[in-house]
Amino acid sequence: MNLLEQQAANRRRTWLIIAVFVGFFALLGAGFDLFMLGSREAYVPVGAVMALGVGSVSALAGYFSGDKAVLASARAVPIVQAATAATGDARFRLHQLQNVVDEMAIAAGLPRPQVYVVGDPDPNAFATGRDPAHASIAVTQGLLDTVSRDELQGVVAHEMSHIRNYDIRLMTVVAALVGAVVLLSDWKTRMMRWGAISGGGGRRSRSSKGGGPIMLVLLVIWLVAIILAPFAAQMLAMAVSRQREYLADASGAELTRNPAALADALEKIEAQVGPTRAIKRGSAHLCIADPLDRKLTQKEGFWSNLLTTHPPMAKRVEALRKMAFEKA
Amino acid sequence: MTAMIVILGLFGLVAFYVIGVYNRFVTLRNQTQNGWSQIDVQLKRRHDLIPNLVNTVKGVMEFERDTLTAVVDARARAVSAAGPAAAARAEGELTQALGRLFALAENYPQLKSNENVKMLQEELSSTENKISFARQFYNDIATKFNTGLQVFPANVLNALFGFQIAELFLVPDAAEREVPKVDLSMRK
Repeated sequence: MNLLEQQAANRRRTWLIIAVFVGFFALLGAGFDLFMLGSREAYVPVGAVMALGVGSVSALAGYFSGDKAVLASARAVPIVQAATAATGDARFRLHQLQNVVDEMAIAAGLPRPQVYVVGDPDPNAFATGRDPAHASIAVTQGLLDTVSRDELQGVVAHEMSHIRNYDIRLMTVVAALVGAVVLLSDWKTRMMRWGAISGGGGRRSRSSKGGGPIMLVLLVIWLVAIILAPFAAQMLAMAVSRQREYLADASGAELTRNPAALADALEKIEAQVGPTRAIKRGSAHLCIADPLDRKLTQKEGFWSNLLTTHPPMAKRVEALRKMAFEKA
Repeated sequence: MTAMIVILGLFGLVAFYVIGVYNRFVTLRNQTQNGWSQIDVQLKRRHDLIPNLVNTVKGVMEFERDTLTAVVDARARAVSAAGPAAAARAEGELTQALGRLFALAENYPQLKSNENVKMLQEELSSTENKISFARQFYNDIATKFNTGLQVFPANVLNALFGFQIAELFLVPDAAEREVPKVDLSMRK
């Protein structure tokens, strides 16, 4: 797949995910009308309309300011602010980071993205935004402390290729919507529990009057959808991100023409065992290395394919070393 | 009557083709110029940084006057170089002179720990990186422009338009071009 095809595919997938998400909201709302309000004599789809509205608004919000939400949740600080607070060597490293980002922006032929620093001792990095003109790259303090200039360049190039092929748009929208689904299903379950206690009897009499077995089946489907939604959403995030890490590694190495440096950086990141605490579960798939440090990430196979956001580090390093060898 | 229409139609097609070719050349030329200005910005920045560097290190490196003079001279030649090809040559020499200066600076602990020198060195190497990345982009687009000008039948039309071939920014690879130092002392 060339770059234009990748970009087109990512745009298409973003819209598909947004459509599925809004559809899911509509389904929730329609179910609410049917089972909770239940008065089908004068049917006004209050829930459906409201849910559709809420769904569309949060999809739009995710599209336009998902990056800000992701950055805020990681407590990322703009580099200028971080640099004024820093002194001596730390300040020098921040300066170097800005230089490296500028270099990679030139190499990729993209506008210069915003640079953020996350105050976490574990080395990691991520990129977010909706397109190259509205993109941000964030690295942790731990990364600045552990990697050399060339290695930092490799990491930034990896993030820059996520920006260039619109991975960031897809992954940021997924991050924002996964967050919304998880939030919503928490809220729905609470609502239902409350509904079952206060108005359970009334609802049963109404539904027996109206639908019978069909209504019951619909109710079960609706409940299953609500219960499984957060899992499905997270699985989606995982499936979306795993393969593109290899791709970003390869095209990042193409930008720096130095695959060995990125391989070294990945090994250093892997060597730091601790999880990146500043980065929450919902945005794990944005990072260069799994911030949760899941054991499953080390393995290949069906379950790890399904349940992890990142391919095994050893495989990625191997692929990069091979590139370096072929180049030499 | 039909012949008239056919002839008019052919004229129209040719006119469309000529306009299309002209517009493509203009687009490519502007992209090439834009690519060059990206390199030029970085070259200017590099030329501005070097006097600072020389002033910072010359107190400590007074016994390396030759190397410092070489850097200053190479910078002067680079500043006055006109056009991509000449600039590429002059910049290549400047890179080598700077490389020698930095190699010598390694021998001076007070320079290695100097914040100012460290920052200038970082700025210079970043500028060099930016030049090399911008160079790739520029050479690609300039080659596309040149090929467009040289292929038939566009080259015939260009006699009319008069677009100039763009010079490439080809930096001689320092490691490749320099005569390898052969050590014949056979140390064992």
